[in-house]
Amino acid sequence: MIEARALCKRFGAIEAVREVSFVARDGEITGLLGPNGAGKSTTLRMLYGVLTPDSGSACIDGLDVRGETSSARARLGVLPHAAGLYGNLTARENIEYFGSLQGIGRDPLRARTDELARTLGMESFIDRRAKGFSQGQRIKTALARALVNDPANLVLDEPTNGLDVMAIRSVREMLRKLRSQGRCILFSSHVMQEVAALCDRVVIIGHGRVLAQGSLDSIRERSGAASLEEAFLQVLENMGGLC
Amino acid sequence: MRALFTVFGKEFLENLRDRRTLVSALLFGPLFGPLLFGAMVSRMLNQSVVESDEPLKIAISGAEHAPNLARYLESAGVKLVFSPLDETAARAAVRSGAAAVVVIVPAEFPARFAAALPAPVLLVADSSDSQTRKSADRVRTLIANYGSGIAQLRLQIRGVSPLLAVPIAVNDIDVTTPTGRAVVVLGFMTYFVLFAVLMGGLYLAIDSTAGERERGSLEALLSLPVARATLVGGKILATCVYMCLSLAISLTAFVFVFRFVPLERLGMSANLGPGTALAFFGICLPFVPLGAALMTLVASFTRSYREAQTYLTSVLLVPTLPIAFASIYSLKTKSSLMFIPSLSQHLLMTSVLKDEPIAALDILVSAGSALGLALLLIVLTAGHWRRETMLG
Repeated sequence: MIEARALCKRFGAIEAVREVSFVARDGEITGLLGPNGAGKSTTLRMLYGVLTPDSGSACIDGLDVRGETSSARARLGVLPHAAGLYGNLTARENIEYFGSLQGIGRDPLRARTDELARTLGMESFIDRRAKGFSQGQRIKTALARALVNDPANLVLDEPTNGLDVMAIRSVREMLRKLRSQGRCILFSSHVMQEVAALCDRVVIIGHGRVLAQGSLDSIRERSGAASLEEAFLQVLENMGGLC
Repeated sequence: MRALFTVFGKEFLENLRDRRTLVSALLFGPLFGPLLFGAMVSRMLNQSVVESDEPLKIAISGAEHAPNLARYLESAGVKLVFSPLDETAARAAVRSGAAAVVVIVPAEFPARFAAALPAPVLLVADSSDSQTRKSADRVRTLIANYGSGIAQLRLQIRGVSPLLAVPIAVNDIDVTTPTGRAVVVLGFMTYFVLFAVLMGGLYLAIDSTAGERERGSLEALLSLPVARATLVGGKILATCVYMCLSLAISLTAFVFVFRFVPLERLGMSANLGPGTALAFFGICLPFVPLGAALMTLVASFTRSYREAQTYLTSVLLVPTLPIAFASIYSLKTKSSLMFIPSLSQHLLMTSVLKDEPIAALDILVSAGSALGLALLLIVLTAGHWRRETMLG
């Protein structure tokens, strides 16, 4: 379970995130939806502990990210916005590097990497250097790297950004598979359809504030719009989130 | 601790597979100094051999006014080219390089010579050209010798002892040992050694910091439950290992180069054998973590590979500053100077070359100050990595 409790963050004069609170539950996919510059990445960065909130707190399975950094982060897999790989290392080495840094022993690590390669369909390129990877291969490797410690919680910042249709599809399949394993998945996107296709719950955020949250249906009902897309636009316009 | 070695292992392996890093760290960096040095010393050798063996060749105009002087010059081994040039033509000839040195004996020479008045001789040469300046000096000395011979004869004829005209006799006693003379030449070799040390880690320092940010792998790495100091430590450790490799390659190359450059022909002996190379390695070892930490710290502040490259190129020049100061003020080895990294390494290496005894305290102070400063820089780097601005 991932919790944001009244998170606030300002960079100089800009209030990037204001009082953002929401809960992403286990066994569900939660979408953080908002236009570019709404504060999605900043919120996620506070959740995985590379940014410190000015006030409020972030908890992973009830553990405060600030106070119990290591134990909280150990329950978390992260796929940041820029999920670059080491081009001179093979996919396996990329994955195992992160596993080894989290204290996984040599043999279990090897087994875990093999398992991930099987589930994510990476067997054909697992021992190739990452330099010439396609976008799809790259995102799979980055995702496997985020999953290497078998985390109960997963945070992904715009995971489908820049991917082609086939790759987007396989990412969706992977996320559904991970949900069925009972994991808590939180991902951000500025693409409506992405969220509509995957999420159980949505948190709409604009100008650093939570504008609406709930299940897809409840958001649609509340706004009285016919489709989620219209509902989304309506919510943003009502709150002045688009300007 | 395990995580530190994981970071180290990954950085070491990753850069071992990078051709750019390998070429600069293990080929260009360490071999640049020895090769340049070998070429330079060989050229100096050739020059000095040419100078003493080749007959001096000058153009002379108006030799008929001073036939005895011309004969004297010829007997001293100077090859004379008789060419009637006036002063303007001689200037033009020297400036254009057609003649290196022109001696003009004016028409009034015989009359003034006969009257025992100073007889004029014009010596036209370009003193900014080191080659012709040496020739001009030789001609000037020869003419002066001829003149003092004449002066002595004139005094003798007048019944005065020529010794009266020599109130002081200066005898040069040069105490330079062959090794000491070599040190003048080898003095800046120490900079090449320090250059090789830094070059060895340059690309790794960039790749593991700015490169990590540019590739977009930094944020994922920073989100792991690993202390930032551990990440920084592993990266600096890998940089150190590459620097040590570069240093070892460079010193080996120096030993080889000195085997083939016949320094003895310059009247020098360089005691750069494997023993000296090992001593150099030991002296430079404390400088390694200092250089690695400095480069990693500077590169951590940069946004991109290119920016890091720009800043780190200036870092390569940092160790020259104390060495340059030392040579401008011709500082001698002193214990107080051992606190200054790079200068202390330079002075200790020079002492080893000169076969001078080295105080154990100096070695301790040199190593201690370098390591202390390295520790400070590592702490600063780790501190910077803990800051949010690190994400970029």
